[in-house]
Amino acid sequence: MKYVDEYRGQEQARRCARLIARLTTRPWVLMELCGGQTHSIVRFGIDELLPAGVEMVHGPGCPVCVTPVELIDKAIEIASRPEVIFTSFGDMLRVPGSQRDLLMVKARGGDVRIVYSPTDAVKLAQQNPDRQVVFFAVGFETTAPANAMAVYQASQLGLKNFSLLVAHVLVPPAMEAILSSPENRVQGFLAAGHVCTVMGYTEYEPIARKYRVPIVVTGFEPLDILQGIHLCIRQLEQGRAEVENQYARSVRRQGNQPAQELIARIFRVVPRQWRGVGQIPHSGLGLSDEYADFDAERRFGLADQTIQESPDCIAGLVLQGVKKPHECPAFGTRCNPEKPLGAPMVSSEGACAAYYRYRRQPVAAH
Amino acid sequence: MQRITVIAANPWQHTKRSPVIFMQNLQCPISIQQYPTILMAHGGGGRLMHQLIDKLIMSAFSNPHLDVRHDSTVLNISSPQIAFTTDSYVIQPLFFPGGDIGSLAVHGTVNDLAMSGARPQYISCAFILEEGLETQTLWRVVQSMRQAADAAGVQIVTGDTKVVEKGKGDGLFINTAGIGVISHALRIAPASVQPGDAVILSGDLGRHGIAIMASRQGLEFQTTIQSDSAPVAGPVLALIDAGIEIHCLRDLTRGGLASALNEIAEVAQVNIDIDEIAIPVNEQVQGACEILGFDPLHVANEGRFIVFVPAKQADRAVAVLQQHPVSADARVIGQVNEVSIAPVTLKSRIGTRRIMDMLSGEQLPRIC
Repeated sequence: MKYVDEYRGQEQARRCARLIARLTTRPWVLMELCGGQTHSIVRFGIDELLPAGVEMVHGPGCPVCVTPVELIDKAIEIASRPEVIFTSFGDMLRVPGSQRDLLMVKARGGDVRIVYSPTDAVKLAQQNPDRQVVFFAVGFETTAPANAMAVYQASQLGLKNFSLLVAHVLVPPAMEAILSSPENRVQGFLAAGHVCTVMGYTEYEPIARKYRVPIVVTGFEPLDILQGIHLCIRQLEQGRAEVENQYARSVRRQGNQPAQELIARIFRVVPRQWRGVGQIPHSGLGLSDEYADFDAERRFGLADQTIQESPDCIAGLVLQGVKKPHECPAFGTRCNPEKPLGAPMVSSEGACAAYYRYRRQPVAAH
Repeated sequence: MQRITVIAANPWQHTKRSPVIFMQNLQCPISIQQYPTILMAHGGGGRLMHQLIDKLIMSAFSNPHLDVRHDSTVLNISSPQIAFTTDSYVIQPLFFPGGDIGSLAVHGTVNDLAMSGARPQYISCAFILEEGLETQTLWRVVQSMRQAADAAGVQIVTGDTKVVEKGKGDGLFINTAGIGVISHALRIAPASVQPGDAVILSGDLGRHGIAIMASRQGLEFQTTIQSDSAPVAGPVLALIDAGIEIHCLRDLTRGGLASALNEIAEVAQVNIDIDEIAIPVNEQVQGACEILGFDPLHVANEGRFIVFVPAKQADRAVAVLQQHPVSADARVIGQVNEVSIAPVTLKSRIGTRRIMDMLSGEQLPRIC
């Protein structure tokens, strides 16, 4: 398949791995930011091809995983109302709230529907004028333009029965939070190609300078990731700390400007709670004042509450790259995809789910 | 030879009418104007039910066993062993590219029989109809079942029809049970799988699951992918006739190849090692999986199976399978080893090795 097969070739992968090995003179710790990259690394065993001492730690880039439990509880509360059609991407339905998940709401008669685009939810609102249609707007900058477009369309159509439950998060503030943490081990980043397709990478340049850390915008196929690692280690070995673009077939430095303008118009930057990590300033998107009527939290008048998560779950440490999934005492025993303690075990982009699915124990020493 | 008499309940016998000849024309024999939709009375035991069963179902399925119209059907089977199976079909949408619930209800059950190396002979058919179902829809499904049964060489010899209130069904559910004759002495079962066996896959993966996903309401995702739904007893029986020592067979329905291999490896207490590059996946299926975040190894099929045979017979088995259109793309995809780190392992495209687990829960599309 074009644009996929050529990035999954065994020979090219081995060649790239040899280049990395030749380049590497000492141990380095790199973090891939996107959950899609984490899954590629574990699924294809990319870390097994790396020289001893080059360690990949997995970042917070699983939007499902970092959506705070309080917000999932709000989603569950809204979805349980008889007048509501609650729409979401499929991935969110399994994520545990404090008591239940959205699949359980559906099983008990709640009208919870999987949609493939937020604009499908707008259509549902048009078709069901007597119902309230709510879309669970989860994701990083990648999904923000489509969600912004849905709100814009709903406003143009004058729909009073459409709203968003917004859980948007932003990548750069999370990187700064990781880099400023006293526990940080990360020396270089693979930035998420899809996020940068929308946002470009100018906002990463000050981070690279301030923290002296190389950042390589990277794709998702095995060869993309190996090339990203290669560029990152080359910078580290040469003592450089710049932003480089491995994913040039999709990413431009300025990104997609019409998409950015749409995001800026519909949303505003807000502080956001990250599940397992805590509050990060300026790290989320909420609806702008002009579009505040489309805010489901406001429409349904839900009160904020604080919920205590299971102390057994180390999801926060996993999401910050401090621990690996199999270092959790509950991994694969008290916590598995059928009975998850935390979101990274359920989401298709969660690091714990990737380890459980493709690898039950640590990679053998090289 | 031991004779086995199977008696199956046949509530359809209540219609006392002379046997009818299968009607070749595809016009629904029940007046659509009069009863365009199924009513509760169609399951009520009265005249309407009789009319429905008689004109719409019995006429299509007609065969000497069914036409006896008794409480149960008496089958004379001269075989020391038979295979017996049942399955229920609740698919949405009822019609999809490459098939429909009717053909699926025949293929699914005859394929389950074939997985014991049996020659499928008879099936039962129980309909659960939702009040309000279009009569024309039922007619199309019934016609499709008849055609699928003919193509698979089985007769529908007994059945049942029930109607449930609107909102208590999903249009139409079908249950079929099947009987197949076994004329081999092989022990085809997961426990027979042993280290040294070769794993043969009968064709490309994922077409049924993706065809269904693509045609589901609300999914604006158009492809030309057709379901692979088809009967597979032909190539299986050809393997037996060719003297291939089959250790195990498994059709790759829900859960796909990954679940089938894991289930077998766990029972047989072995490791099955698969080569990802050897597994054929249609380019459109691959593309759809990339978009939705699915793994073709987890996606359902309805006309694909795996065969475990001693490695020395693998090439001959593949050659036999390739002579049948339904398994023309058959190939060896892996081998069975002694127990190792996981029941099933996979050599990835880039040459590394990983666990190939079965799916947890439902396959749900990802976010980005």
